[in-house]
Amino acid sequence: MQHTGATILRTLLERQGIHTLAGIPGGAILPFYDALHGSGIRHILTRHEQGAGFLAQGMARVTGRAAVCLATSGPGATNLLTAIADARLDSIPLVAITAQVPQALIGTDAFQEVDTYGLTLPITKHNFLVRSIDELLETIPLAFTLAESGRPGPVAVDIPKDVLNARAEISVWPEPGRRRATPPCAATEIDALAALLAGAQRPLLYLGGGVIGAGAAELARALAHHIDAPAVTTLMALGTLAADDPLNLGMLGMHGGKGTNLLMREADVIFAIGARFDDRATGKVAEFCPQATIAHLDIDRAELGKIRAATLALAGDAAETLTRLLRRLPAQVHPAWRGRAAELRAAYPLIHPSPAWEPLHPVNLIRSLARLLPDDAIVTTDVGQHQMWVAQAFPFSRPRTFLTSGGLGTMGFGLPAAIGAALGAPGRRVVCVSGDGSILMNIQELATLADLDLPVAVLVCNNAHLGLVRQQQELFYGRRYSASRFQSSTDFAAIARGFGLRGVTLDPEDDPLGQLASALAAPGPVLIDIPIHETANVLPMVPPGAANHLTITATEPATAHA
Amino acid sequence: MPDTTQPATTVLELRVRNHPGAMSHITGLFARRAFNLEAIVCVPEADHATSRMLLLVANDPKLEQMQRQLEKLHDVLEVRHRGDIGAGYFEALRW
Repeated sequence: MQHTGATILRTLLERQGIHTLAGIPGGAILPFYDALHGSGIRHILTRHEQGAGFLAQGMARVTGRAAVCLATSGPGATNLLTAIADARLDSIPLVAITAQVPQALIGTDAFQEVDTYGLTLPITKHNFLVRSIDELLETIPLAFTLAESGRPGPVAVDIPKDVLNARAEISVWPEPGRRRATPPCAATEIDALAALLAGAQRPLLYLGGGVIGAGAAELARALAHHIDAPAVTTLMALGTLAADDPLNLGMLGMHGGKGTNLLMREADVIFAIGARFDDRATGKVAEFCPQATIAHLDIDRAELGKIRAATLALAGDAAETLTRLLRRLPAQVHPAWRGRAAELRAAYPLIHPSPAWEPLHPVNLIRSLARLLPDDAIVTTDVGQHQMWVAQAFPFSRPRTFLTSGGLGTMGFGLPAAIGAALGAPGRRVVCVSGDGSILMNIQELATLADLDLPVAVLVCNNAHLGLVRQQQELFYGRRYSASRFQSSTDFAAIARGFGLRGVTLDPEDDPLGQLASALAAPGPVLIDIPIHETANVLPMVPPGAANHLTITATEPATAHA
Repeated sequence: MPDTTQPATTVLELRVRNHPGAMSHITGLFARRAFNLEAIVCVPEADHATSRMLLLVANDPKLEQMQRQLEKLHDVLEVRHRGDIGAGYFEALRW
């Protein structure tokens, strides 16, 4: 049958099982949009390509499967870059397809020409410039294989318009790209790991996003209980353990619990799984867990020894490795060590005013929100104070229920990712917790939300500041505030109504939590603007560059919330 | 005090897919991971589908990390540490 490059691309995506695409059309990619007629693929028209990138990320983060975003050449492609770089740092499988000017015009500074291949090269797992239909047939399945295999990540495919318009007879289609299995660790390595853990007196699990990526959350829970080891999680691993699991010590690092960070210094063996010793987690790395013998399991061999040398370093898939480990590891009990963990956790709770006194204190607000949501609700955030309050206070208990921009720290992630999550997990309640700074970075996607009428609630924690910047200026720059306060106030509820959505502003003087409950009880999308105190700080906090045990738990009396 | 027993540079040999982006992927990796790349020789193999590259790089503790990062590149098919080729090999290519 006679095909064009565009209909080949469509067919390859259909064969790949892709049923939803997010993007924005434009000159160079018009042949593909024409080819979408008659396809079962649903196209989501976002209002900015970055929104399309994060929408696809939301789908990928809830499903674990590669999702696709599309953009035209030039500004369409450059607008995708932030979402691609974000997927790279959080190891999210994403296939970003961009159109390019016709090959005859490449290198001539043609209209909407930009070197997309060069721009995506350092921020993707791999990237392609497709030069012919033959290459297209090979590249699209390979892009999915690369995005999903090993350590997942984004793959960019740039396709010149003449390739989309070229014609060819296709009699045999290539097989869809599938995830390749990761080579298993040697049995001797598993034995050595089992021996190390069996000999530990004070073992501790340090769980990273790779545990969720590998679908190994249940196994990590089983391991913690099997060897009676407390577990700490990174931001990316929240939800791996149940919030009320006595072995769950919560998040480590810059905004982790002080008890959690102190306990890590007392461990004799730390088993890091799918974690990359990121600076926000370890603090000053030379002083990170100085007493501990480190075992490190990661699917990416380049992570082993990158930041911190491990006594035992294993390259492998977390699910496969933990399954084998559990078979040959005897059960253990460490009552004194578990008691010490409980003691430290109790000694350093999250400090916040009583809910009756200050119901809209962020910690109280997030806990109230959790009580109002079903257990399987998905929470996305933007980046800043609200993100850390959610990480600290929301009782995440299932993997893939907390979607956040961890590595790149991209403000503007939350709303489009929430829309993608609602598309990827139909029927579930999705809440985007944002701030008044972050929400403005992709607020145009409220229009996409209005188009789709999905059950997404957007909560804007509004302190009229770039709060985390303000906090750092208060704590570390002598209260010399600079460009962290917004001079005009924005009526976010009115903006939401302008997009055709429900918009609510909570009145702090009139049962705000009751108002929150009724706003969330009604079906469909809603934006809820929540005034919070502008001087509220995220605590505890490890000063940037300091060791984790030097965490600050209170600011000076003038601003402390005791 | 510099370690006189270890030469300051060493050589990596790569076998790579021969296409226009492969060189950018490799040189870009060195630049963004802040690892010195002092010289490159690249020659296509007989079939022109693959090329062989010799890289003169700093012989420091990050070398193993760089080898692992290189191995992750889709276009890099093989990485070998060639301690047997000295920096003199590159000196001889000066014109």
